[in-house]
Amino acid sequence: MGRQRVKFTFPPDLVNQPVVYLMGKQFGVVTNIRRANVTRDRGWMILEITGPSDEIEKAIAWARGQGVRVDPIEGDVVAG
Amino acid sequence: MKRVRGLQCRECGREYPADPIHVCEYCFGPLEVAYDYDAIARLVSRASIAAGPRTLWRYRHLLPIEAEQVVDTHAGFTPLIRAENLGRALGLRNLYVKNDTVNPTFSFKDRPVAMAATKAREFGFDTLACASTGNLAGAVAAAAAKACMRACIFIPADLEPSKIVGASIYGPTVVAVEGTYDDVNRLCSEIADQYAWAFANINMRPYYSEGSKTLAFEVAEQLGWRVPDRVVVPVASGSMFTKIWRGFNELAKVGLVDQARVRMTVAQAEGCAPIVEAFRRHTLSVEPVKPHTIAKSLAIGNPADGYYSLRIVKESGGQAEAATDAEVVEGMRLLARTEGIFAETAGGVTVAVLQKLVEAGKVDRDELVVAYITGNGLKTPEAVAGHLERPLTIPPSFKRFEEQIAAVGLKRQTGAPAATSVA
Repeated sequence: MGRQRVKFTFPPDLVNQPVVYLMGKQFGVVTNIRRANVTRDRGWMILEITGPSDEIEKAIAWARGQGVRVDPIEGDVVAG
Repeated sequence: MKRVRGLQCRECGREYPADPIHVCEYCFGPLEVAYDYDAIARLVSRASIAAGPRTLWRYRHLLPIEAEQVVDTHAGFTPLIRAENLGRALGLRNLYVKNDTVNPTFSFKDRPVAMAATKAREFGFDTLACASTGNLAGAVAAAAAKACMRACIFIPADLEPSKIVGASIYGPTVVAVEGTYDDVNRLCSEIADQYAWAFANINMRPYYSEGSKTLAFEVAEQLGWRVPDRVVVPVASGSMFTKIWRGFNELAKVGLVDQARVRMTVAQAEGCAPIVEAFRRHTLSVEPVKPHTIAKSLAIGNPADGYYSLRIVKESGGQAEAATDAEVVEGMRLLARTEGIFAETAGGVTVAVLQKLVEAGKVDRDELVVAYITGNGLKTPEAVAGHLERPLTIPPSFKRFEEQIAAVGLKRQTGAPAATSVA
């Protein structure tokens, strides 16, 4: 079993889509939202994804394919 | 009495022991060091600080360090210069430059890394690590060398060879990651989660970032224990910006200065200005961007402390402004030609943004302004190389020399009357 803590940022056209629900349904992962801020036209979510490591990777790749920006919860860790 | 109470979540306020952790297990918010300021106030005075070493360790009672032995690369206590020439050029009567280009590895990163390395050794780690495209890599590798620790530096595989030299010379293991910038970010975050290494700006982050407070402590002390009216700070993740603010406020809390009223001003490059863009939209919600700027040390598209930086700008009555790459080059040239300081691109950002704000009437000409210059120009010479005059080439003949000089004349200095005093 693996665990990833990530930040999802939603563009305006995805804000009203059930992306996290579909991700959990299509892949063998459990999503746990810890903090979020979703408004009419934009939103972000900090969530933990647990499940088999390859399923987590597939789930995140799928979300990214949908147009979600996926980042580490630490923000950018590559510093200048 | 203990000075450090532990760590505290900046979002939900939950408290944790001072361990090598950086994220709240409950809400995944960032952890920050919490102090007992009454205990600190009893320990420090202006006199006790003045009697300390001429490095950032003179402020150790205000830093999250328990150990007697610190990792001392002699970072900090860099000059604060009364910038009369630059002030005249910009139209400011009370301008100072904090010259952090003269740190051991030529950037302010030696400050936070001094904390990360000391804390890592306190916790018993034997390996210091980071992911970096330049300044942080050099600072971590050098501190690890001094601390006799192993160092592992992650870089994007397409990084310019000159930047790799600046870290490799200190003997770390350098791992070049094939992939995009975002891939490197995600991989390093994952490695930090799995390996028992001290990652400077990941699991050491609560301690690491505290080192930047010394940029505020020094400025206040060098001004004769007063807080400037305004500071202009180059901003990438926002970590240094939030810590400079915290530093000034802590000085007031422990009674070393009377008050901490300072207008905090964010300077970013237009090609990577997520915080400035949010400020322009009048929101605290920062949208990640894809960086495209010559100011590589500021190229953080998804700033961890963006939200907190914006709150500080608002609370302090500050500003946020960005400069184009052309303005950044002009800023670098202006600083060098007026004050004799060759700054990296981030310094050009600071000067250019200050210039824009003065021209727009957003900075009072009598304010006591401190511009933070955080890295050395020899780290990014390519940024200005194509923008400088070529040398006059002559044969070794006195006659030809006189002809050439008569033809073109000696150039005037931009800054007019010299006589600069040091604060």
